Amino acid sequence: MFETIRYDVKDGIAWLYLNRPDSLNAFVAQMNREVKEAFKAASNDEQVRCIVITGEGRAFCSGQDLSEVDEKMDHGQVLRDHYGPMIKQIRQCEKPIIAAVNGVAAGAGFSLALACDFRLVSERASFINAFIHVGLIPDSGNLYYLTRLVGEAKALELSILGEKVKAEDALNMGLATQLISAESWEEDVSAFAKRIASLPTKAIGLIKRYLKAVSENSFEDYLEHEAQGQRIAGLTNDHREGVKSFMEKRKPVFSGQ
Amino acid sequence: MNAYELIETSLEGSVALIELNRPRQLNSLNRKMVRELVEAMEGFDRDDQVRVIVLTGKGRAFSAGADIDEMTNDDSISLELLNQFADWDRLALIKKPIIGAVKGFVFGGGFELALCCDILITASGTEFSFPEVGLGVMPGAGGTQRLTKLAGRTKALEWLWTGERISAEAALKYGVINKIVAPELLMEECMKFANRLAKQPPLSLRLIKDSVNKAVDTSLLEGMQYERKNFYLLFSTQDQKEGMNAFIEKRKPDYKGK
Repeated sequence: MFETIRYDVKDGIAWLYLNRPDSLNAFVAQMNREVKEAFKAASNDEQVRCIVITGEGRAFCSGQDLSEVDEKMDHGQVLRDHYGPMIKQIRQCEKPIIAAVNGVAAGAGFSLALACDFRLVSERASFINAFIHVGLIPDSGNLYYLTRLVGEAKALELSILGEKVKAEDALNMGLATQLISAESWEEDVSAFAKRIASLPTKAIGLIKRYLKAVSENSFEDYLEHEAQGQRIAGLTNDHREGVKSFMEKRKPVFSGQ
Repeated sequence: MNAYELIETSLEGSVALIELNRPRQLNSLNRKMVRELVEAMEGFDRDDQVRVIVLTGKGRAFSAGADIDEMTNDDSISLELLNQFADWDRLALIKKPIIGAVKGFVFGGGFELALCCDILITASGTEFSFPEVGLGVMPGAGGTQRLTKLAGRTKALEWLWTGERISAEAALKYGVINKIVAPELLMEECMKFANRLAKQPPLSLRLIKDSVNKAVDTSLLEGMQYERKNFYLLFSTQDQKEGMNAFIEKRKPDYKGK
């Protein structure tokens, strides 16, 4: 049903491959739409307990396909119509999202990786906030996420200088969760995804939800949100299983419910 | 106890619950449903056991609006003669507190129904809107009036003219709703609030609602005269004696609603 991406669900993990390797998985409007739809499907699929997004071929995603850009293009409207809805769908998703950055993540491809919860980076990966090179500003939520990850000074530097960030630097800067060697890439990504998929999924969703509430609320209001979040978590089977397995001195088996 | 077809009613302690029950149609409102709703409200309003009424919708939406099919072939005269909004006017006369628990979509007639509630508790992610303009009409069950009185002319015109969706956050900011809660806890939080109100002296709640509603379209001086009468009136209640005695005796009051 998808043409620009591939989407499979296996063992509780939704694998989303950006699948335009000939153009280094550059975004066209159809890919924006399909990524959005895939995230919606994964969010609604009770089987899914973790989402991995990665690139087919040697790149993660090279950003907007410039062949779609012409003189008449209203850049703001493209964001409102295509990138914005895609990024919002990702932000709304309460399941854990892993960007498995297999190669270059440039421009909106960088933004896409930033919108995920974890960034696993291959030693072949790199990030580049390339917008400045064509006289544009970072978009698709880029600056919003980037400042939160690396602070304003570094975000400014990456955005204005537009230099390539190598995988190892990305790790040191706090952009990446884990640096993975090319040889064990698929295996390690798979293992990480499996680990995430075996955690209490509902609690992860609530952690994501209430992390967002931190910057949106006063401390007093935040405490009320937190109380609601804990009430919801306290009603899950996974909470019961966690406590029970602790008492029984065994490893918990979480169902995600 | 459910004698209705398109709504469901129940009673837990002194809190009555009314649920719109056409989840497959996202609780789109038709005339029969509104009639049933009004009758249920009026029944609970007269029922001594009931102190607070909670209104919600079954399924994922509170109500996505009025049933369009039902009015496609109406003309001005048939509508005048049908006088369907007379049922809505009766909703405005309910004296007990009405708490709306809303979620998902609250559109058109569903939004107007929500605006008939005294308190609105909203699940996060809920969207409100008046999409009537997109069908070449406008709200007809109080939408333009109630929204304007709550949010002010500036925002009301923008929202009504564009028909755009209003986020729960925006609705909160402009005073349209009381609070936003996690969707999982909508009914729990709502019932907590309802039970809290149910412990308050019912006649005080009743005359407070009466007085506050008066403030909406009366001059300040006239409203204050009105308020005063209601204030004096409460001194004829047993609950006033109970409340003040309990205060002096440093104990919790037990209100009877008399």
